[in-house]
Amino acid sequence: MPHLTHLDRLEAESIHILREVAAEAERPVMLYSIGKDSAVMLHLARKAFFPAPPPFPLLHVDTTWKFRAMYELRDRAAAAAGMELLVWKNPEAEARGINPFDHGSLHTDLWKTEGLKQALDHYRFDAAFGGARRDEEKSRAKERVFSFRTAQHRWDPKAQRPELWRLYNARKAKGESIRVFPLSNWTELDIWQYIAREGIEIVPLYFAAPRPTVERDGLILMVDDDRFRLAPGEVPVERSIRFRTLGCYPLTGAVESEAATLSEVVQEMLLTTTSERQGRAIDHDAAASMEKKKVEGYF
Amino acid sequence: MATARSYQPDALIAADIDAYLAEQANKSLLRFLTCGSVDDGKSTLIGRMLYDARTVFDDQLSQLEADSRRVGTQGQNLDFALLVDGLSAEREQGITIDVAYRFFATARRKFIVADTPGHEQYTRNMVTGASTADLAVILVDARKGVLTQTRRHGFLVNLLGIRRIVLAVNKMDLIGWDRAAYDRIVADFAAFGRSIGMAEAVAIPMAALGGDNIAARSDHTPWFAGPTLIEHLETVEIDADSDAARPFAMPVQWVNRPNLDFRGFSGLITAGTVRPGDRIRTVPSGRVSHVERIVTLDGDLEEAVAGQSVTLTLADEIDCSRGDVIAAADSPPEVADQFATTLVWMDDEPLQPGRGYWLKSGATSATASVRAPDHAIDVNTLAELPAKALGLNDIGVVEIHLDRPIPFAPYAESRDLGGFILVDKLTNKTVAAGMISRALRRSRNVHWQAIEITREAHAAQKHQTPRLLWFTGLSGSGKSTIANLVEKRLHMLGKHSFLLDGDNIRHGLNRDLGFSDADRVENIRRVGEVARLMTDAGLIVLTAFISPFRAERELVRGLLPEGEFVEIFIDTPLEVAEARDTKGLYAKARAGEIANFTGISSPYEPPEHPDIRIDTTRMSPEDAAELIVDRVIGAWTPVI
Repeated sequence: MPHLTHLDRLEAESIHILREVAAEAERPVMLYSIGKDSAVMLHLARKAFFPAPPPFPLLHVDTTWKFRAMYELRDRAAAAAGMELLVWKNPEAEARGINPFDHGSLHTDLWKTEGLKQALDHYRFDAAFGGARRDEEKSRAKERVFSFRTAQHRWDPKAQRPELWRLYNARKAKGESIRVFPLSNWTELDIWQYIAREGIEIVPLYFAAPRPTVERDGLILMVDDDRFRLAPGEVPVERSIRFRTLGCYPLTGAVESEAATLSEVVQEMLLTTTSERQGRAIDHDAAASMEKKKVEGYF
Repeated sequence: MATARSYQPDALIAADIDAYLAEQANKSLLRFLTCGSVDDGKSTLIGRMLYDARTVFDDQLSQLEADSRRVGTQGQNLDFALLVDGLSAEREQGITIDVAYRFFATARRKFIVADTPGHEQYTRNMVTGASTADLAVILVDARKGVLTQTRRHGFLVNLLGIRRIVLAVNKMDLIGWDRAAYDRIVADFAAFGRSIGMAEAVAIPMAALGGDNIAARSDHTPWFAGPTLIEHLETVEIDADSDAARPFAMPVQWVNRPNLDFRGFSGLITAGTVRPGDRIRTVPSGRVSHVERIVTLDGDLEEAVAGQSVTLTLADEIDCSRGDVIAAADSPPEVADQFATTLVWMDDEPLQPGRGYWLKSGATSATASVRAPDHAIDVNTLAELPAKALGLNDIGVVEIHLDRPIPFAPYAESRDLGGFILVDKLTNKTVAAGMISRALRRSRNVHWQAIEITREAHAAQKHQTPRLLWFTGLSGSGKSTIANLVEKRLHMLGKHSFLLDGDNIRHGLNRDLGFSDADRVENIRRVGEVARLMTDAGLIVLTAFISPFRAERELVRGLLPEGEFVEIFIDTPLEVAEARDTKGLYAKARAGEIANFTGISSPYEPPEHPDIRIDTTRMSPEDAAELIVDRVIGAWTPVI
């Protein structure tokens, strides 16, 4: 008799969640951020519905400031899965030229938070899969797998429903929507182990290579294209770096590393002694920052 | 500040990462929940396990040190409870207010911990956490022993069918590691456990703050021969493994049909194993076939077991859809539509017997009618209490009737086929968790009597489309007057109709009902059922009841085919109805002689989108009746 490992059981649970939503939601969509968690989620969706393609589109809420390597993988991964790829760019942010250099946190608010709401409203999606995990942050530990949002996309901690057994209640009033997190019970190490086991393609930026960089406020940033504003006299330095998380390139800190293979990355991750999210500038807020963002509608 | 040991990686990681990863790939997964009363040290225990399992990083540890100094309750020591605190509201209150899930791993297993609070009002959270757990750790403060709350935790854990229980006798350091006191607590708990038929607990003396008998064996308990907590958690049997030994069952979640050549049935196997060639039976249809393939993205499988999500194809084209169960041909689950259940009520709004709820079990949903509780159970004394309804955190033994038979198993045999949730049809909230004890009426081989004279045939004979004209409005609004006029006009037009009102229903069929909210709900439910039967017979039915609750009117609407229910709101303001007071009832209600009088001492919920609205301050009853008949006849679709 096959013995199920923890990865087998996590996979089965995630597939079960994906199928429940496909069966019960009217217009589901998968939010695809091109990171490693998204890659795992997309892979699970392909498994859940094989030999058919997943019965929902992928949605990328684009900020126009992602790494070039991310855009390359995005289009290829969607095609390989046989899924429609929808790309949404907040027209207001585009018109106002919102960027991470001039606009600070407004950049994330407008492109990402507002952009996501706009896209969901525009396409009238009533269920959106996201790759968030409960182990990412303390405030996420209580997040449900099915997280309910009002018609205004607000998250009310008191209005969340109890989740029992494997029974998810997907019923909602018109205009309300659900965020669904099929990877809720995965940890960062589970994700890496699963990527290795399944041979899932991820953005090469997760692996160390010599890349042009500058140092800003203690973060090593990669100069990914000529939109990066260098200070007078500042010259990019080539460093061997990789990324633990991927977002907008001017906001995402790299780590100096020689880990060029998946095993080496996992090895380095297990040998480091700081938690995953340190690399993201977005977290350098108050302790409850994620919770506040969630109430506002950020993922 | 005590010496802080942060994350210290396994030596094998640096030496041979591939060997380490290979070793990690074969871990199993255990889900458990922790329950304890306030101040038993539950958060501290979880924090300690995370810390001992080396899942706390440097940056988290420095945050913890800072937090411990600022808001900690452990003086100069690390306050491990702060590691597991979540939402900011509760951080400020210093209590845990919901179920939180934590993760850690040891060399042998990955663990998912459901952290549930111990307060009396949070039965709901404990039940939620327990529903997915293989094991429960029940904490007891060694200084206090087995408390009412401890018994409550034991009762709930047992109710949810958890068979593996750890009694964690914590804070042993505070009683000087007194073995006799420990033995007394263990004996007390064992006696209680036997009284409720609970599985035997594994007891462990510990001090979570100092880490005694958590991961490392304590020097203070040379007299204790049992395992440490982590040793026990690493080796205890997992439910999924025992599920694999039972007969095969898989609720169908999704029918996979990419093209005409492929029809797969997808689901998570809840019990047993399956191989190509196995004889299976689909339930409720009872059709038999063979498994052809077990299809996955990585190629077909030779075998699949409980806990796996798979897609099966069958040798024969048999009818099978979402909610059906594919099971071993010789031991399929039973099918029934009436059940004795235990309900845990989880919503602020209490159970209204007779109101319509959705029941979801496996991948099946059905409309459930919940009867008045047989009795409620006091979770503290375990006494059976008479109860008319169930409020938040109440537990009751309740009969449930469904609108159609579903596959099921008693909860004691299968969590997946015996556990269910109830969803309020109006608010969509999950209002209760339930466990099926047994079926009240077996319908394994029973099918509905095939009725050849269909409702269409009845209607066709009368040359009309059945309708239910549902008049709602305050007492004295003019419902009966207008309904009578409408019926007269229909009769003149040669239509077959019948009027149900308080006079012919309250004095006969519903003579046993009063005017409490629960009785009003039941009154309307019965009227709705009678009206439905009459529309089945082809009639145009008119009803004139105050029917003050939106949910009940919607329930009746749901009983009929779309479009047949016509909600007619006789809109008369309260002051106008009260001024008319044709029966003198308002005067009596104002004088306090009538309790629960709609508009005075009981609410009226006006329709939000009535099909027809009649403003009686601007229209005579005759004009209203003409308008209604025009609308109804205007929308006529002749059957012939």
